[in-house]
Amino acid sequence: MANEEDLYQEHILDHYEDPFHRGHLAAATHAHEDKNPLCGDVIRIELKLDDQGLIEDLWFSGDGCVISQASASMLLEELQGKTAREAMQFSAEDMLKLYGPRLTPNRQKCCLLSWRVLQSAIHSPVSESAGTGSSA
Amino acid sequence: MSSTTDTNLESAGLEATDRKGALLDPALRNDFPIFGTEIAGGLPLVFLDSAASTQRPAAVIDAISHVYQHDYANVHRGIHTLSERSTELYEQAREKVRAFIGAERAHEVLFTQGTTGSINCIARSWGDANLHAGDEILLTVMEHHSNLVPWQQTAKRTGARLRHLPLTGDGQLDLETLDGLLSERTRLVAFTAVSNVLGTINPVAEMVHRAHAAGAVVLVDAAQSVPHMRTDVRQWNADFVAFSGHKMLGPSGVGVLYGKESLLDAMPPFLGGGSMIDQVRLDGFTPAELPAKFEAGTPPIVPAIGMSAAIDYLNRIGIDSIGTHEQALTRYAYEQMQAIDGLRILGPTPEHRAGLVSFAFEQVHAHEFAQVLNDRFGIAVRAGHHCTQPLHAQLGITASTRASFYLYNTLEEVDQLIEGIRTVQAMFAPQGRKRRKRRP
Repeated sequence: MANEEDLYQEHILDHYEDPFHRGHLAAATHAHEDKNPLCGDVIRIELKLDDQGLIEDLWFSGDGCVISQASASMLLEELQGKTAREAMQFSAEDMLKLYGPRLTPNRQKCCLLSWRVLQSAIHSPVSESAGTGSSA
Repeated sequence: MSSTTDTNLESAGLEATDRKGALLDPALRNDFPIFGTEIAGGLPLVFLDSAASTQRPAAVIDAISHVYQHDYANVHRGIHTLSERSTELYEQAREKVRAFIGAERAHEVLFTQGTTGSINCIARSWGDANLHAGDEILLTVMEHHSNLVPWQQTAKRTGARLRHLPLTGDGQLDLETLDGLLSERTRLVAFTAVSNVLGTINPVAEMVHRAHAAGAVVLVDAAQSVPHMRTDVRQWNADFVAFSGHKMLGPSGVGVLYGKESLLDAMPPFLGGGSMIDQVRLDGFTPAELPAKFEAGTPPIVPAIGMSAAIDYLNRIGIDSIGTHEQALTRYAYEQMQAIDGLRILGPTPEHRAGLVSFAFEQVHAHEFAQVLNDRFGIAVRAGHHCTQPLHAQLGITASTRASFYLYNTLEEVDQLIEGIRTVQAMFAPQGRKRRKRRP
């Protein structure tokens, strides 16, 4: 099993401290939020799908450990500009591979939180009134 | 281990000799085979998670093994030799528990699956028979989920209303509000003797007295107190007391429900099945006498016998000495942690606290503490909400890190914990890192 030097590789800490698209998306067409019941880590993902099913933009917000927050940043960076179909085909295994270091089953839940939220968000259109402002 | 004097005792501002005098002989660690286990990359184990579940001495492990090798059969059934031996050991375990908690009668001690099983038994049996719409159940905001959820379920079934005793700013129960919350509608008051997160020691006897004055029945969750301090259920005058074997050096899968005879006699059985009956016809049954009435099915025979061996071990060391030892470790840990910038210690000062310290640090999530303490220091701590989500919400945090102590922990281990905390803080301090931009 990986020790903590590997778990917290520099590029992961970089994502944690300088995340990709952390904030809200005023023009979001789809959004979802969920928690890891084990520890209370929370992630919200807001995204804008165009008529062709292309992910034009996507942002995340939330609170939690390095793994849950850095993995969200890595996932969004990976999927920006991809199609919703490609996002749906992006498997849990792909997510763990993208993160990199091997994780124990409990820490995998931290890593897969944003992946789970994204999969739900694609199927969760927001109502007209939802989503205002955009900030990091 | 004369090196205890080499720790940071002086900086803690207390005399090293006083502290040493309060501590147990660290040679007792040799009684626990688990301390021969190495963690991540060959580190010796520093086990600071006893509030979740303790380790076991060889005496308990051997007692369990011995029963299976020499004495095991089902209890209260056969007339063959092994059944008689098993039954005798099982009933001796009940007597051992009775004496350990100061109960009057052995049949007031019921074996369950654990504290959760004990509380659910009260909720289902006593609760369903005695609670009605408009009645009130008084809990506290520091309860473990196991003393919240069963009552939420009971309230839904019966129409009873839940109320909660609040906390003071330093994490004790706000007893000034107690009399205002108690009324003739209060049928049950259920609370923990020691908080599993804050460490707060609650004044059980006083609370029982005031609850009784309002006419309420009282349940005490003693899972975090029985293993660490002398228990006298008659001095408490509690109606029901619940605790677990695995938090007091015993096996998992066994717990105790103590209840006053008159209340247990008046309650309907909870689980139905073998053992709990006197007569069964095709159209009905008559229940057995106590304690069998509440022990349907094959009980946790070997776990109960293992728990009995654990009580023997605790008695040999002395429960008061164990409490004093934990106090010394906790005070030392608390003082060291207070000196760490930005660390928020949850709960009251050491004189009001049992053997655990939970903390939160705004910039670093509890998971990082638990991970790095394990991987780099071999230290086992608990990270998360510790089955107290409402308490964490009250404290304005989602997770915390908890170090809990028992008779086998040492001052050196506290020093390692403190060094570990400082290391984690440095590791995750903002450093102006920049994510490498991907090529478009």
